Amino acid sequence: MEPIRVFSGRLAPLPINDIDTDQIIPARFLKVTDKEGLGAACFSDWRYEADGSPKPDFVLNQPVYQGASILIGGHNFGCGSSREHAPWALLGAGFRAVISTYFADIFRNNALKNGLLPVVVDAEMHQQLISLAQEDPSAEVTIDLEAQSVTLPDGRQVTFPIDPFSRYCLLNGVDQLGFLLSLNDQIEAYEAQHAARVLTTSA
Amino acid sequence: MTTNGHFNRNRARTLFEKVWDQHLVRPQTPDTPAVLYIDLHLVHEVTSPQAFALLRERGLKVRRPDKTLGTMDHSTPTTPRNALGIIPVTDQMAAAQLDVMRKNCADFGIPLYDLGTSNQGIVHVIGPEQGLTQPGMTIVCGDSHTSTHGAFGALAFGIGTSEVAHVLATQCLLQNQPKTMAIRVDGRLQPGVTAKDIILAIIAKIGVGGGTGYVFEYMGEAIRSLNMEGRMTICNMSIEGGARAGLVAPDDTTFEYVAGRPYAPRGADWERAVAAWRQLPSDDGAVFDNEVTLNADDLVPMITYGTNPGMGMPITGRVPDPDHLSDVSQKMALDKALKYMALQPGQPLLGQRIDVVFVGSCTNSRISDLREAARLIKGRKVAEGVRMLVVPGSQQVKAQAEAEGLHEIFKAAGAEWREAGCSMCIAMNGDQLQPGQYAVSTSNRNFEGRQGKGGRTFLASPLTAVAAAVSGVITDPRELMN
Ligand code: SF4
Repeated sequence: MEPIRVFSGRLAPLPINDIDTDQIIPARFLKVTDKEGLGAACFSDWRYEADGSPKPDFVLNQPVYQGASILIGGHNFGCGSSREHAPWALLGAGFRAVISTYFADIFRNNALKNGLLPVVVDAEMHQQLISLAQEDPSAEVTIDLEAQSVTLPDGRQVTFPIDPFSRYCLLNGVDQLGFLLSLNDQIEAYEAQHAARVLTTSA
Repeated sequence: MTTNGHFNRNRARTLFEKVWDQHLVRPQTPDTPAVLYIDLHLVHEVTSPQAFALLRERGLKVRRPDKTLGTMDHSTPTTPRNALGIIPVTDQMAAAQLDVMRKNCADFGIPLYDLGTSNQGIVHVIGPEQGLTQPGMTIVCGDSHTSTHGAFGALAFGIGTSEVAHVLATQCLLQNQPKTMAIRVDGRLQPGVTAKDIILAIIAKIGVGGGTGYVFEYMGEAIRSLNMEGRMTICNMSIEGGARAGLVAPDDTTFEYVAGRPYAPRGADWERAVAAWRQLPSDDGAVFDNEVTLNADDLVPMITYGTNPGMGMPITGRVPDPDHLSDVSQKMALDKALKYMALQPGQPLLGQRIDVVFVGSCTNSRISDLREAARLIKGRKVAEGVRMLVVPGSQQVKAQAEAEGLHEIFKAAGAEWREAGCSMCIAMNGDQLQPGQYAVSTSNRNFEGRQGKGGRTFLASPLTAVAAAVSGVITDPRELMN
């Protein structure tokens, strides 16, 4: 995974509460066995008419928001299904971060493992960012993972929380599996001390 | 406390804390999450292929194939078998995905309940049914409704595909310790009111984000008096309240259910296991971070009107009016939902015309759900113009239902009797609503398009589903029970 430190991007506002992962990537696109091509299906049912033509009023179809790399979602973003296809689809659609007041647990975990930053801000800043995106779609904000900050074009800055371990992994481009594999001795010790509860191979 | 790895053994602990503590390979530190050992990893075809691909890419093995089990459920057809007894897969992408699952399980030595074989079914139905799900275990699956297994007093939760790879490779997960919420349901359920109505009422009360960051423990007289299948229905939808896991303390009802199942301990092992399980319930004085209470005496059948499971109300109620909400974003969300559902603020749902009824899913497709539905539909007919699907949760449930003649009751009423799988809960397999259709569904999600693009879902209990099927409109099941 590529390390993430600082990046700047334009905002796309989608301030709807409780956006579930079925909206981010509908289930009929989950019959894949890899991660490719999901970007085209991101928000498919909000984005396209039944005949496949784009819905002109949907924010991501508006010319001014083309190329935006930071999505502003509403409260409780990413609720519902655990499908990791949701962050894959958002990344595939060109997003590097999602800003919300609140993320659903599994989505946040999945996003962090794929280098899609879930950035939590308070309701006031959330509203300011939405206004900024609506009034000036060309405005760029800067997200600094090391400083855990979001900087607006006028210099205003807010910090956001992130657990130290995820931050470390993202800053250094290391994945969490490597850390778990390095604990092999401890896992073996645990297994030696704890009898298996069930073995699926022996009914 | 668990932070430094020193436990105060005398401190009163919750059920969750006990299971958590027993599975710590390495406690949480200021820099790293806790490392939690996983006793059982369930795998299905949709959320695992990319995880197996990662293992191959890194040259890794599955650490404990003997603690892993595969099944096929999400993209599988539930249409009847052909003359050779085979369930034909006509969707080429689904067929390819199922083949990848077969190859992955074969290559990595994981037992697989293949499509149409006698133990296959929805991943959260087969674990308990086989006796694999037992109190005090940690259970994960790349599926958010893994919370179902919490009904046994197991810590069970859904994970993403990266985490599926973590567990395949190391049998461990990195987790920050969640908070705990006690959900107390006192009183007794009235006739016609079920476990599904309890959980829909809880979610309507706390909202779809209300449990984020928490593990629920359901307790109180109404929970205690439920059978295991009712408890599973409740724990199943913990995720709809935002919680990754929901537990019920194990008791004699739990032990009776587990006893004698294929993977249950036997003989002296059984006695030892039960003795250990009896230590699991939360201690007197254990502290929860939050608490919600509900009284079952007051509950009536529940139904959803909107596009998330928190938008639910008593079936006798009226659709809320967005103009009565003060919070702007909530108002917007309700506006959007009612527009999608094509419902008017203030209208009752009783009498609302419907097109499809779906009885199935990991929430309500077990034998007791089918028995209840069959009892109510017996001697009645599915209304003209309504399509009803009954999809058993597993091949075992299907066989049991057929042994009891339930399938004949459903078929005589005019319902479709299907093979086991997720089916119209997620609409990946061709079982889906047409745009604009209304469905009463016993599943767990009423999100836009969940049951088919443009489809509109009312979530309810199996009894309410049957009442709608035979009336052609949303109907209070209690009216049919008198
Ligand atoms: S029945 Fe529905 S909710 Fe349950 S596992 Fe299948 S798709 Fe998921």
